Amino acid sequence: MTTSHESENQDMQTSVKPSSLADVAAAKAPKTPGTSVLGTGLETRGVHAWFGKHHALSNISLDFAAGTVTALIGPSGCGKSTFIRTINRMHEFIPGAAMAGEVLLDGKDVYAPGTDVTKIRLQIGMVFQKPNPFPSMTIGENVLSGLKLAQLKVENKDELLEECLERAGLWNEVKDRLGAHGGSLSGGQQQRLCIARALAVRPQVLLMDEPCSALDPGSTLRIEDTIRHLSDSMTIIIVTHNMQQAARVSDYTAFFLSDGGPGQMIEVAPTSEIFSRPQDSRTESYVTGRFG
Amino acid sequence: MSTQELVIPAPRQIETEPRRSDKIFRGVVTGGGLSSLLILGLIALFLGYRGFEVLRQEGIGFITHSDWSISTDDAGNVVESQFGLAAMLVGTILCSLIAVVIALPVSVFSALFLNFYAPGWLKKLLVTIIDMMAAFPSILFGIWGFLVLMPSVEYWAKLLHKYFGFVPFFDMQVPVFTRSPFVAGVVLAIMIIPIITSVSREIFSQAPLDRIQAAYALGATRWAMIKAVVIPHGRGGVIGGAMLGLGRAMGETVAVFTVLNIVFQVNWQMLLGAGGNVASLIILKFGDASPYEIKALMAAGLILFLLTLVVNALANLIVKTTGKSGR
Repeated sequence: MTTSHESENQDMQTSVKPSSLADVAAAKAPKTPGTSVLGTGLETRGVHAWFGKHHALSNISLDFAAGTVTALIGPSGCGKSTFIRTINRMHEFIPGAAMAGEVLLDGKDVYAPGTDVTKIRLQIGMVFQKPNPFPSMTIGENVLSGLKLAQLKVENKDELLEECLERAGLWNEVKDRLGAHGGSLSGGQQQRLCIARALAVRPQVLLMDEPCSALDPGSTLRIEDTIRHLSDSMTIIIVTHNMQQAARVSDYTAFFLSDGGPGQMIEVAPTSEIFSRPQDSRTESYVTGRFG
Repeated sequence: MSTQELVIPAPRQIETEPRRSDKIFRGVVTGGGLSSLLILGLIALFLGYRGFEVLRQEGIGFITHSDWSISTDDAGNVVESQFGLAAMLVGTILCSLIAVVIALPVSVFSALFLNFYAPGWLKKLLVTIIDMMAAFPSILFGIWGFLVLMPSVEYWAKLLHKYFGFVPFFDMQVPVFTRSPFVAGVVLAIMIIPIITSVSREIFSQAPLDRIQAAYALGATRWAMIKAVVIPHGRGGVIGGAMLGLGRAMGETVAVFTVLNIVFQVNWQMLLGAGGNVASLIILKFGDASPYEIKALMAAGLILFLLTLVVNALANLIVKTTGKSGR
């Protein structure tokens, strides 16, 4: 694990040509699905999404094997964020929003009638583009806020607090000031705090919507590091505009594109293949930087 | 490379010369802002000037005693006079506190309902109705309170007296339930619900969407989300709205005058049919007051003015100290 990280970092420093993305991606072998004990993963079947009459997303069918990291790439407005928001049912908060198709978590449709939507969101956590800690709560309270919000009981809160902050790569920086307010942290620290907060309710799947887009390169690297570690224990789907990032952290990459109409999924493959031998010419144009 | 030492210069004076249009606009805006201050100052000055003689005569007794009597000889000269506001000040505070205690929860829950639960069409309808309530003439509230509310509130007052009589506020010696501060408080509560609701609704609707989504994404129910995000964010604003309502309730004249049995005796028993407030005292006495009594009423006005000022200053302080934590 550590050797692959070092080589990634070296690659990142020297990579100026787009072609080296393939090398970055190839430096780590994609995980073989099914090795995890974390359920059978997540699957979407023919997902469509609308905002009012606007058809935003068309027919997305994807498999996310348990314990893998999947990156969703594509130009702005192609429906990547909309897609992941249909997965944990955040899409329906937008007035006029509608969806079709199925999202299966361990084989069960999360949109099935009678499903407790709050339970779904506990199993499918989310990290947003902009860090959004609760400013009225301390760092410690922020991490454990999910337990309070969902009325969960935990045996040892201190242990959970330390574990989550540790896994989010923030423990050493905040362990002496857990009583400080969440807003007193830097942007990168706030985002890791939000990751820790998402981990505390022990989700099976973690959705990340451009989690590093508002962060400096140092914080970005720390979060990518965190993602690699987390993928041992959960399924991660990350939306990113940064192809370097997709190459560095993901096992699989899906390319989304809108040709003026609804967003579509053009291609999905192991990340090393997307960056070295894309099947579709549009994917190739995008990953080599010819548009987008 | 030179080896000259670096001379640290003095900080430069930065001056900006605004454009002429900017200057004109600044003048207009400043004038508008200062005019309200000027008007307020003039009112205070007027009340103080007219009431000065009585205030000097009565001293601190003006706010600690509760007699209000004046006798004149046939020529209209004052023979003996005694003015004390204590009963009216207690009545003012009692009635308006009852009003806020009733109105605050109703308003906060209405605001939460309107923002987070009501379907769009119902929200529009209710907002219109509530705004209309704010513009409703207070005499109509008074008449409604007298004719419609009083008979039914009497029943509740009797219940309160029966089961909570051990609390001093609810206790009473003489069973006179009508025209009590409690009834006046309920009427005032209905009058200030619109303003507290509208301020709360505004502040709740500004609760940041990203935090609302964060709470939902953590598996929060709607009520859990409201407790974690919306209420901490809106606390300061809601307190500010409550203070605005309190100010309105303290200054209310006609509705209180219509409902309340004005008695010059300090009464903390909210169910007892005796009380008053400063504004209703003024309207009661103004009509047939002698010139000297008018001065006493002006002094009473000044005291009410100062009381309102203190409450508003308190409101600002509370909003400042509690408002930040949730932002």
